[in-house]
Order: sequence, then C-alpha cells, then structure tokens
Amino acid sequence: MQESINHITELHESLPGDSLSDFSDRAFKDFNQLGIPKAKHEEWRYVKVSSLFRKDLTYPLHDSGLTIEDLQDHLLPDHDQATTIFFINGIYAPALSMVNHAQDELVLLPLSVAAASTEYADKVKSTLGQSTPYHPDGIHALNAAFSSKGIFIAVPPGKTLARPVYIYQVSDSRKGYTLSQPRTLVHVGAGSSIHLATTYATLGHESFTNEVTEVLVEKDASVYYYKIQDEGAKAHHVGTTSIRQIGKSLTNAVTISLSGGLVRNNLDMIMEAEYGESHMYGLYLLNGNTLVDNHTIVDNAKPHCLSNELYKGILDGHSTGVFNGKIFVRKDAQKTNAYQSNKNILLGDHATVNTKPQLEIFADDVKCSHGCTVGRPDDDALFYLRSRGISEKNARSLLLHAYAVDILDKIQLPALRAHVDELISERLEFNF
Amino acid sequence: MHMLSIKNLQAGLEDKPILKGINLEIKAGEVHAIMGPNGSGKSTLASVLAGRQNFEVTAGSVDFLGKDLLDMAPEERAREGIFLAFQYPVEIPGVSTTNFIKAAVNETRKHRGLEALDAVGFLKMMKEKMKLVQIDQSLLSRSLNEGFSGGEKKRNEIFQMAMLEPKLAILDETDSGLDIDALRIVANGVNQYRNKDNSFLLVTHYQRLLDYIVPDFVHVLYNGRIVKSGTKELALELEEKGYDFIKSEWALAGE
Repeated sequence: MQESINHITELHESLPGDSLSDFSDRAFKDFNQLGIPKAKHEEWRYVKVSSLFRKDLTYPLHDSGLTIEDLQDHLLPDHDQATTIFFINGIYAPALSMVNHAQDELVLLPLSVAAASTEYADKVKSTLGQSTPYHPDGIHALNAAFSSKGIFIAVPPGKTLARPVYIYQVSDSRKGYTLSQPRTLVHVGAGSSIHLATTYATLGHESFTNEVTEVLVEKDASVYYYKIQDEGAKAHHVGTTSIRQIGKSLTNAVTISLSGGLVRNNLDMIMEAEYGESHMYGLYLLNGNTLVDNHTIVDNAKPHCLSNELYKGILDGHSTGVFNGKIFVRKDAQKTNAYQSNKNILLGDHATVNTKPQLEIFADDVKCSHGCTVGRPDDDALFYLRSRGISEKNARSLLLHAYAVDILDKIQLPALRAHVDELISERLEFNF
Repeated sequence: MHMLSIKNLQAGLEDKPILKGINLEIKAGEVHAIMGPNGSGKSTLASVLAGRQNFEVTAGSVDFLGKDLLDMAPEERAREGIFLAFQYPVEIPGVSTTNFIKAAVNETRKHRGLEALDAVGFLKMMKEKMKLVQIDQSLLSRSLNEGFSGGEKKRNEIFQMAMLEPKLAILDETDSGLDIDALRIVANGVNQYRNKDNSFLLVTHYQRLLDYIVPDFVHVLYNGRIVKSGTKELALELEEKGYDFIKSEWALAGE
C-alpha cells in the first residue's frame, strides 16, 4: 500500500497551483492524517478499501487520447439529445463533451475556472466540501485533494431542463490498473429542474474510481439523479453523492448496481429547509464475487420534511450486498416523516447480505419506520406460474423481474428506464 | 378410455398423513364432484394432482392419459393438459396478466407441437375467451391478480383455463367467496368449455355450485378417503342432512 501512497503524494506535490489549491492542500493534509480506512473502521467493515491501493496502481493525470468512437458501446440512449459530459480517468474531457442546452439553461465549467470566476466563486465556495463532515475519512479527503480536475454545473433559477444531463465516468485502463478521482459540483437554482444521470465504463483491465458529487438544491427546485453501474467485475468504486436541500425542494435518487468488484455507494440527503422531500431508491443485482455496499444518510435539520427510502437486492453466486441506512432527526426537526426499507432475495447458498438501519432521533414528534427482509423467490408464486405450464427457469425470471420493476419505475426518463430494463432483463434471462 | 386413474393415493404434509388411499377413475367428458367437510383432504388432492411440492406422496399411483402423472414437474402436467383453478389465486405484483398468459400459452403450445401465437393471433384468442367469463380488458393489463376482488380472481382462473385448453380441469373451491352473479358467470364459463373430450374435477364444500355445473358423479371425501360415491342426488342428500350423517355412518362402520 505504501508504494501507491508515495506515488500519489508525488503527484499531488507536482500539481500546478490554481484557485482550488488551498482546498486541495488542506484535504491532502487530512488524507495524510486520516489515512486509508482500515477494516476495523466500522464504516468500512465490508469494503476493504486498503486492498485497492496496490503496488501496480497508477494514477494517470493526463489525457489518454480516447475518442468518442472508442466509447460508442458505452453511450446511454438518446446520447445526442442530452448534454453529455465525459471524464477520462477522473479528468474532465471537454473535447468529448457536448452541451445540448441553451446558455441561459445550463452552465458547464471546469471546477477551477468556476472557482476563479467572479460569477460562480461564491456558489462553488458554498457547495464544495459540503459532504466532508459526513465522511471524515482519508478516501474522501483524497478525492478532494485532486478536485481541480473536476467540473461545475449550474442551472440558473426558473429553468426546467427538458433534456437530461449525462455524465460518463470512463477509466482508460488499457495499460493497467488505474485510479480515477472525478469531482462534480452541481448548483440547481430556485424553481429549476434537472435530470442527471451518471454511468461508468472501464476499458481494458482493472480500475478504481473514487468519486465525489455534490449537489446544492435551492427553493422549489427538483433534482432527479440516476447512478447506473455496470462496468464489469474488475471495476472498483467508492462514490459519494451528497445532495443538500437548502430550500423546500424535491430530490429523487435512483442507484442501480449491476456489476463491479468492490463497490461502495454513499448517498447523503442533507435536508436543511422545512417541507423538503427526498426519495432514495436502489437496486443491486449481483453475482460472481461482486460486493456492493450502499451507505445512505438522511439528515433532517428542519421540521416537516419527508424522506422515503427503498433499496432492493437480488444476490447470486458469491456476491455480497451491504445496506446501511442512517437517518438523523435533529432536535428542531419536528413532524419529520422518514421511511426506510431494504429487501433482499438470495438466490444462492454463497450469497450474503448485511443490512443495518441506524436511526438517531432527537425530536419527539416524528414518524420514522424501517424494515429489512431477506428471502427467496416466493414458493407459492413459483408454483402458480409453473402450474400454468411456465418452466421453472422462466417462472423465476418473471418473478425476479417483477421484483426489480418497482425500482425501475422510479427512473423517470423513459429511454433510460428502457435501457436499464434491457440490462436487467438480459441478466435475468427475461424475454416475454 | 380412462383419462385419469388414481389408485390408492396416499400423501401428507411433513409427517402428517392427509390422503389415506384415494381411488378414483375419470373418463373423458365426465364431470366429477368431490365434496366433504373441512379438513377432509379435498384441497390436498387438488394440490397433489397439480404437483405442489410441499406435499409428499407416500404411496399409490396416478395415471393421466397413459403417463405417470406423479413423475412430472408441475409445468409438464400443465402442458400435458392438467389445469388447477386455485382456491386462493396468488397475487404477483409486477407481472402483467397478459404477459403471463402469453408465456403460459406459448410454452404449452410448444409442448403440444404447435407454433407460438404471434401478437395478433394471441389478441384474437384473448378476445374470444374474455367473452366466456365476461372479464374486462383493463383487468388483464394489470399485475396478475393484484388488487383483484374475489370474484375477479376466480373469473381470471376460468379465463386462464379457457386460454390453456386443458383436458382435465380441477376447480378447487372455485365457488367460495363468490356472490350468486359471479357464480353464474363462472359456471357459465365452465359449461361452455364442457364437451365430450374435456373432463372436470370440482372440489367443493357446498352443493350450490352443482346447481349450475351438474356433475355426472359425486364423491364424498372424509378423513382422507372417498367414503361414498353416487350421482348428483348424493349432493342433494348431503345438503339436506349435512356432513354429520357421513361422519356417523362412518363411525358406525367402525372407524
């Protein structure tokens, strides 16, 4: 592990100074102090992230020369209509990216440029690092230490974006095992609405993506966020998405994990205004040795907020699923409604799931509920389908697909929903 | 020729014996009714014939059109022509009724050496059979049985029967929970499907259903055995005297 850390340290020291130097230097100090989380760290019990910092890990901080042709197989549906943003090895690639929104609808800038501009410096300052207090660990700090290669997206007030924004996180690992550390900042103005989808691709060998996305949501705005993970068994991932609602607003997050090596998804909903609403949905469909750990946080600071959370898993092979759902209801957050549910189907004897609700409630007039289930496909339903002449295999596919549809239906972009449905159907051999 | 021939069938749940030696022969075109008090084993018989796996068959044989029925998986039995209308149809959220029936029809057709129906052919068949049980199109575009009323569920069962064209349909307490209008519709659907090639096994607690679907034979199941067989008049006698008379007769016979 030390060799890869030395390599990263050298790279950090060689970074040219820019508008984010103070922020990233501070973060690098934190990283040195906190270190890579060890297995005994309660938050990292299942994700042995230190095992990813191997000797052969490289951190290419330069353009690898990929073209859009190289990426054809990885594009989302309606790619041409969306604003498309590419990161290659964690570095924003403007040459591949394309804004398909009017100038007064969407602003896209390199993060260091936005931080230096008179127009956006304050917005960057108010959002950059909002997730840090929730993730006091070295891996989170390490991303911040290299944040100058990231981007800033702003939606001005009163704009309902009809077209989605797609972010492609590409790891070019054709020459070996790579580290990518993308950073994204999104500011959604009052009364605006955005659909933001992130997807991932690894070319070549093995990859490790350590991503942080921070979204600030103003009054009466809506954010629809989709994270689609299906980049193969050798793609490791630690990602934090932090959505902070500073005015009464709506957020809807859907996390779909279909493959990966060691995968950790942090999703934070920071609810700082009254009458906020946030929905968090997840589907993990795992096999092989994939481990997916979904850590969610809902932090209610103000009264009358609603949060609703449903994560569903289907686990086969030697795969492992982890769900950890934290809900904080602070003293002033009276009349909070917070619901949480995690459901799992284990298909094999060697698949595992670890699920843990974690509610900390300091207000006395709230409604909070949580529940988790681990089971098998329902025998009565299987028999019913088979008694109609449907083979056991097809009956199982029908039931598992039906189980996943709940979450699929939360994807409100029809083309994206159909695309994910195709991926899931292929996996479940569902063809009806 | 016998369609179904059950000989000394014994089956139970875990270590508890429920069927204690059933003998029954059904010929093509016949309608048999199995009646009996609660707990006598009526529904177990229906489940065992359809292949529900939680019941263990401990002795006996079941021959269906020359094949060993007990040796077949539930889906094979269905494709060979057995249909069970469930007493409690299962609700399956997320599975569209239409997709489900299409999958069932086409897997069954494939087994019978017929080509899969295309969308047009399937819709035509659906429309035809929907009339049989007066089932509404909107019901079929919903998730399978989800939120259906009791009557809608039972009608959906008979609709599926009509779509799958079985040789032997087993109706497990299809009359339970139905009001008189729904009962008439369901019975009418069955009667239209009744012909010299198809047989029925009606499992029921009450005589009421048999006013609408008139059986050729009535059997009384008690304590895991058929203790009395007769024609439709036997059902009327049961209705009049109640099951107690069977129980006392049986007790006198020394069981």
